[in-house]
Formats: sequence, structure tokens, C-alpha cells
Amino acid sequence: MKIITFNIAMISYLLASLEYFIYLVYRKPGVSTLATGTVVVGLLSHTAIIGLRSQETGHGPYTTSFEVAVFLSWLVVVVYCFTHWRYKIKDLGSFVIPVAFLILLYATFLSKEIVNFPESQFRVLLTLHRTLSIIGFAAFAIAFGLGVMYLIQEKQVKSKKLGMMYFRMPSLESLDNLIYKAVAVGFPLFTLGFLTGAIWNIKMSQASLFSLDLVAIWPLVIGWVLYGLVFFGRSRMGWRGKKIAQGSVIGFVTVMLSILLHV
Amino acid sequence: MAESNLVIVGVNHKTTPVELREKLAFTKGSIEESTEKLGSFPEVDENLIISTCNRVEIYARVNDVDKGIDRLKKFICDFHMIPYNMLDKHFYAFREEETVQHLFRVSSSLDSMVVGESQILGQVKDAYSLAKSLQTTGLILNQLFEKAFSVAKKIREETGIAESAVSISSAAVELARKIFEDLESHTIMLVGTGEMAELAAKHLISYGVKTVYVASRTYERATALAKTLNGSALDFEHFKTELHKADIIISSTAAPKFIITKEMVQTAIHERNNRPMFFIDIAVPRDIEPEVNDLENVYLYDIDDLQSVVNANLQEREKEAELAMGIIQTEVSKFNNWVDSLDAVPTIVELRKRAETIRVQEIQKTLRKMTHLSDEDKNSLHLMTSSIVNKILHKPTVNLKKKTQTAEGRTYLKAIRHLFHLDD
Repeated sequence: MKIITFNIAMISYLLASLEYFIYLVYRKPGVSTLATGTVVVGLLSHTAIIGLRSQETGHGPYTTSFEVAVFLSWLVVVVYCFTHWRYKIKDLGSFVIPVAFLILLYATFLSKEIVNFPESQFRVLLTLHRTLSIIGFAAFAIAFGLGVMYLIQEKQVKSKKLGMMYFRMPSLESLDNLIYKAVAVGFPLFTLGFLTGAIWNIKMSQASLFSLDLVAIWPLVIGWVLYGLVFFGRSRMGWRGKKIAQGSVIGFVTVMLSILLHV
Repeated sequence: MAESNLVIVGVNHKTTPVELREKLAFTKGSIEESTEKLGSFPEVDENLIISTCNRVEIYARVNDVDKGIDRLKKFICDFHMIPYNMLDKHFYAFREEETVQHLFRVSSSLDSMVVGESQILGQVKDAYSLAKSLQTTGLILNQLFEKAFSVAKKIREETGIAESAVSISSAAVELARKIFEDLESHTIMLVGTGEMAELAAKHLISYGVKTVYVASRTYERATALAKTLNGSALDFEHFKTELHKADIIISSTAAPKFIITKEMVQTAIHERNNRPMFFIDIAVPRDIEPEVNDLENVYLYDIDDLQSVVNANLQEREKEAELAMGIIQTEVSKFNNWVDSLDAVPTIVELRKRAETIRVQEIQKTLRKMTHLSDEDKNSLHLMTSSIVNKILHKPTVNLKKKTQTAEGRTYLKAIRHLFHLDD
């Protein structure tokens, strides 16, 4: 039952990615609506998996790597749906839904064993750490999709070779503004998640911040610094456009990498 | 297959030079006169004239296509008093379903000089409503033109034929809309008062731009243009310090050297916190240093760049035109089916066949019982029943043939087929 529901969600995202892509390239009327419908089907089954799993484990979806990955992917889709509804950026799905699919695909390789939530007086900290980081991450996923779109469009306008994508993509300024909005939501949450995680780690292991596993932590620090640069650069130093888009694309790749190493 | 007897004779920008086309043009008044004349020819049942600067065409339903085409060609020559042998090689003529296809291509703007331009559809519509008010069109031409409008709409919606910009100023507007979120809150600055710059500015204003600055070496010219554009004039020496206020800069001065340099733009972009700037250099020789395009968040297009955008878009339209031809083929065969359905002949044949079958059945039944009759008597009975059937069917046949020439034709055909069970 759970396997079926899981597969429905995963396959829906794969299908929706393909449909969005077909719409992006061929502009077949109706395919866009179909893709959004497919995402909704995926999201419903995805929600069901998280509900079933939580009922079984008796705690929220953030204890094992598998749970975190499933929850991460779920939030990416939820935030995508909100953005789609609120800002109506056509074609964003082509760049964001594949991310949700890939995370779920990754989750299938993880152990589905049920682990009890670590009993400790600091469990609130851990819950906070994971929830905040994951919401922040979902916002970054949107910024990533928008960033890719920006870079495609910027390249076309700058090089004066206006291909098909030039007609499809929204204006540079609106993409730039939205990237900033997504990062402005993601960065503070992610920072809080980062801090609570660090505090939890120190309290648990009674160790200093610097004794953490460096391999796991470095990409995360780099990602965090990148987003910090994007956030403060845009809001304080007037950085715009390409820099911001590149930052949000590279930042996402590093954070994604670190999460794979981390959880 | 039924014959629609539709023909079209005409000249267009592809077959005829403008010197000749302008001599052949019909004005609204002369259309009234000509259609009346055309209607008086026994060969011509319905007619309609389209006259634009790129084409002069007469669409007609005739009773003999070859004679009809000759008649229309001669008419055009006579009306404009041009010798036939001078015009003959420029004419094109289509018959039957080629006429349908030709009109669909014309109204969908596939036959236009700039494929996909939207003006032609309006011109065809005007020609149609004029013909309708003059009552020179009937059932077939009306249906043909109504269909042509819906085909044009369909093609516009389902293909990208009219999607991209195909003039310098519309390409500039399109680019501006891909750089900026909405044009309303943005500012344009004209440096120099060239005609093309004015055109581009007007185009941008029609998309919502509200704030306009005009700078020119002659301040009076700047003021005059600023007035027409509802903007404000700038002193020419001043525009450099005001540059950062503008989002879109259109330059068209006659200056021999670059008047906007990379350094100036660098300062401006810094002052405006890296908000994007779009430079359009329409001047020849160019006004803006090409290296300006290397700056981040700055986009520079000169006249050649815009022209190549236009060319690429035109090529794109040609591709879309192939898609549109597919739609036209389908619609042409649909129209043919409609013409077929109008034809009374098959229905009349079936009706007579049905009556004849009944007559033969019944007379044979009777004759079987009346064995005493001689062959001669039997023959007389056959003749009598045949003539009853013929008499009964004569009027309906004639009326049906007449009615199928009118708008109610199909209703009559349907009623007959239904009442006599011809479709079972």
C-alpha cells in the first residue's frame, strides 16, 4: 500500500516533469494544465505517504534520512504549488518538479527502517533544526528554478541570439525580483535551521562547534555563505541579475550536496 | 463530387509590379459600380472584389469556370482601360477548391508580403461586408468568406504565425518587455530626434511607458518632440548626467563619433543600483560604444542587431506558415463537403429511384391478379403509372433545384431526405 502510494507520487512527478517539458518546447495547449493536475495527484499521494508513515512511527517526518528526503521533496512541491498559484510563472515547473522527483528517487535507495526519535531533552531543537532547514531548502529550490530560467533568458538577450526560449521565458526583471523573494524567505529560515542544528550538536556531544564532521559540514557552510551573499548583496549592495541568479543556482547545488552527505 | 463553380482572378505583389497594381486598384465607389456590372453578366452568379495596396482580386461564382475566368479578366482590363495583352501575364486565376484554398491563405495572411501581418484580415472583412451590403454575394460566397474568417482566427490561435515582432520598432518593444517587468513604471530617454526613434518611442508609450525625456542638440527640436510624446525636453549637455534616470535609451543622433561611452554607462548603472538598462542605437554611424553591452545588467542593440532579430522572426513565421497550411488543407476539404451537401442532383435521383421502385412493385402485384389483360393493356398501365409518378415529382424536383441555390437549400434537402426515408 505504502509502496504503491510512494510510486504514484514519484511517477506523477516524473510524468509532470515530462509534461511541463513538452509544454515548454511545443506549447501544446492543455498540456500545462495536465501537468499541474499531475503534480496535484502526486502531491496528494505524497501527503498520504507522510501521513501513513507518521502514524506508524508516532513522530514527525524528520528522523531517518528516508523521512527527511520524502519530507524535503514534499515541501518543494508545496512551495512550488504556492508560487505557481501566486505568481503564475509559466514553465517554472519544468525546472522545479524534476528536483522533487530526483529527491524522491534518491529516497528509494535509503533505508525505510523505522527508527525512534532520539530521546533527549533537546528533541525540540532537533525538530526545529530539521523543519526550518527543510522549509528554507524548499524556498531555495524555487530560487534555483527561477535562477536557471534567468540565466537562459539573460544569455539569449545578451548574445542577441533570440531562440525559442526567448519567447517562452518571462522578463528578466520579474525573474530577478522573484529570486530575491524566494531567497529572502529561504535564507533566514535556513540560517535559523543551521543555528539550531549547531546548538543541538554541541549540546548532544558536549563538543565544540569545530569538532563537527568537516566533510559533511563544508558544502553546507559554502552554500550558506553563498545565499548570504545573494541575500545581503541584493538587499544592501544593489547586486542584481546574473550574479543573483548564479548564486542561487550554485548555492542550491552545494546545499543539496551537503544534505545528501549530512542526513 | 459537386462543383462549387468558384473562381478567382487577380494580381498581387508577387505577380505584378506596383506601377501596374496601382492602376488596377478599385476604390469603394468603383467597387459599387463594378460589382453591379459584374452581376449583369449572365456568366456571373455571385461576386466580390478585394482591393488593397498589395492585391486586386475578384472572387466569383460562375456557371462555367473557364468562360467565367475569361470574363473576369476581360472585365478588369476593360474597367481600367488597360489592353488585355499587357495584363494577361500578370493575372493568376484559380478554380473550384483552389479558389477556396487561395482565399484561406489570403485571409490567414500566408499570402502577404509580411507573412502573419494582421491588416489583411480586416481588409478582407471590409470587402466582404461591402459586397454583402451591395447584395452581390449569395449562399456560396457568404459561406466561403465566413469560413475564411474562422480559419484565419484558428491559425492565429494555433500557430505562432503572428507571435513575433517583424519590424524594427516592434522588435525593440518586444525586447524591452523581456527585460523589464512592466513598462508602465519605466522611463525612456530619446537622444536625438530621428524618425525611427520617435516611432519606437511611440510604440513603447502605447505599451504603457509614462515618463519620456528627449535630448537633442537643437533644443527646439527636443521641445517639439517632447510635446508630441507628452514628455520633457533635456538640454543636450545635460543628458549625460541624467542618464541613470532612464531605463530605455533610444539614440539616433547624427554625431560622427560615439556619444555614449562604456564609462558613462558604468557610472549610470552604478548610480541606479544595477537596475537594468536597455540601449537602442538606431543611429548610423552608431552613437553608443558597442562595449557597453559587456556591462552586467546592460543590454545594447544597434540597428543591425534589431534587423537580424526581425529576420530571424520572419524565418520563424515561414516555419509556422507550413503548420498553417496543414490547417488550411483540412478546412478546404470540410468546405468541399459542405458544397457537396448542397447538391440537389443525388437527392433527386434517389427520390425518383424510390418512387420508381414502389411503382414497379405495386403494378406487378396488380398485374399478377389481372391475368386476363393483354400485353397492350399492361403496357398502358405501365405508362399511366409512370406518368402519375412523374407528374407528382415534377414540381418538387424543380423547386428543390431552385431552393438549393438559396440559403435554405440545405433545410429543404434534409427535409426531403427525411420525409422520403432516403437515408435508410
